[in-house]
Amino acid sequence: MRDVAVVAFSQSLSKRREADRNEVEILIPVIHELRTNAGITNEDLDFVCSGSSDYLAGQSFAFVSGLDAVGAWPPVCESHVEMDGAWALYEAWVKIQMGYADLALVYGFGKPSMGDLPLTMALQLDPYSVMPLWPDAVSIAALQARLLLDGGLLSERDMAEVAVRDRAHAKENPFAQVKGDFGVDQILADPYLVSPLRKHDCSPISDGASAVLLAAGDRAKQLCKRPAWIRGIEHICEPQDLGVRDLTRSRSVEIAAEKAGLGAGKVDVAELSAPFTHQEILVERALGLGTETRVNPSGGALAGNPIMAVGLSRIGEAARRVWDGSADRAVAHATSGPCLQQNLVCVLEG
Amino acid sequence: MSEEANEPIEVLRLPVELEYQYTAGESASRFLRAIKRGKLLGQRCPVDGRVYFPTRGCCPQHGVPMADDGSVELPDVGTLVTYSIVRIPSENIPLDLPYVTIQVLLDGADTVMMHVLGECALEDVHMGMRLKAKWKPEEEWESSVGNILYFVPQDEPDAPYDSYKEHI
Repeated sequence: MRDVAVVAFSQSLSKRREADRNEVEILIPVIHELRTNAGITNEDLDFVCSGSSDYLAGQSFAFVSGLDAVGAWPPVCESHVEMDGAWALYEAWVKIQMGYADLALVYGFGKPSMGDLPLTMALQLDPYSVMPLWPDAVSIAALQARLLLDGGLLSERDMAEVAVRDRAHAKENPFAQVKGDFGVDQILADPYLVSPLRKHDCSPISDGASAVLLAAGDRAKQLCKRPAWIRGIEHICEPQDLGVRDLTRSRSVEIAAEKAGLGAGKVDVAELSAPFTHQEILVERALGLGTETRVNPSGGALAGNPIMAVGLSRIGEAARRVWDGSADRAVAHATSGPCLQQNLVCVLEG
Repeated sequence: MSEEANEPIEVLRLPVELEYQYTAGESASRFLRAIKRGKLLGQRCPVDGRVYFPTRGCCPQHGVPMADDGSVELPDVGTLVTYSIVRIPSENIPLDLPYVTIQVLLDGADTVMMHVLGECALEDVHMGMRLKAKWKPEEEWESSVGNILYFVPQDEPDAPYDSYKEHI
């Protein structure tokens, strides 16, 4: 295996609605800042890979215009995944492992405020028997939360504590959208949004983008004083049919964590991209994190959820803490599909 | 089992309707606001000075942001660099057949714009023709390239091939 590291990261603010800028205009300064900070030009890049969704944009091939932000010259091997940018990073990692690239630019972007996000997410469900019912993403997640609550596997207080923790951490994150000091009793007094979920159990809807540079071996050392080396990365997918999965645990996170070798050492920082509080608890459990791990110092997806970039941002946020020495070993998590259907786990070390 | 039970199900009616609220974006909005006033706005790449028409947020070649102050007002005259004579109808195009689609290189621009040609016999259409925009009456202007009805040939010599060959 080649040594591959995350060496640079940029992100936009997570905003409920970008009133004036389009998807590409959100991305442009992010890519520009990434290249400027890393001191590279397009000539240095061997591979470019992006994650976005045409369903969010309501346009076919909307991702192509995202390339304007990168620049099409000189021509370079380029790819796109209709997934979170974390999976674009996985593709870039594979490309580097195969020896086809030494330096790769990865980005993710989305502007969900253009449409009705919870409803748009219904399109990822089984097209014959489930999607025609148009169950929105919050309702689907609420079914999972009900299973956990009635099964005695967690309490509404546990869920509220997650929201309080993430929002408090997010005070230190200038890019976060939902932040501040809240009391557990205070937010538990709020009405249900979709029972048993309250507003604080749901991630915000966020427009935003992020970008990461991946580099191999010596190239990484040239670009970064203390590169965040990817020591394990794996993604596992569960069946689409919600009825055939155990929704009260995340087997795919468990398997991905095991294959990524997470248990081989202590974990200083975990950045999780679970969009609902009960899912964050499930991911934390599946990763086997203990009290020595600082979970979501950035606030995680519950503090800002720029869909299609949020998972990639978790990798960037985890890497940032390796660069500055506040973590020797960190884990980043990304998810895709309803109720944590597909999960990616990335282990980073200094 | 009845014969009907073995019939393949070939049609499912599962209508999908999602509403989107678009914004043109900052750079396209500059272009659209300008054309509402009868102005054609392009934008200069800060790296190589090329002028893109219409305005866009980023130079698509170098990937560098193009600042607001890089806007360039272009004249409504240019050169025909290529064309096609259309003889088949299309639901979305209200023009009488046959009509001529063209690509025009506005004077001072480095990218072409697509439009249609008017007031020209089909047998006279050719590359290098000098053209000028025929605008709708000013009171009908909106934020649309449709403010230009079509381009019309100008009574002047053709542009030499070398002057537009880089933009074909």
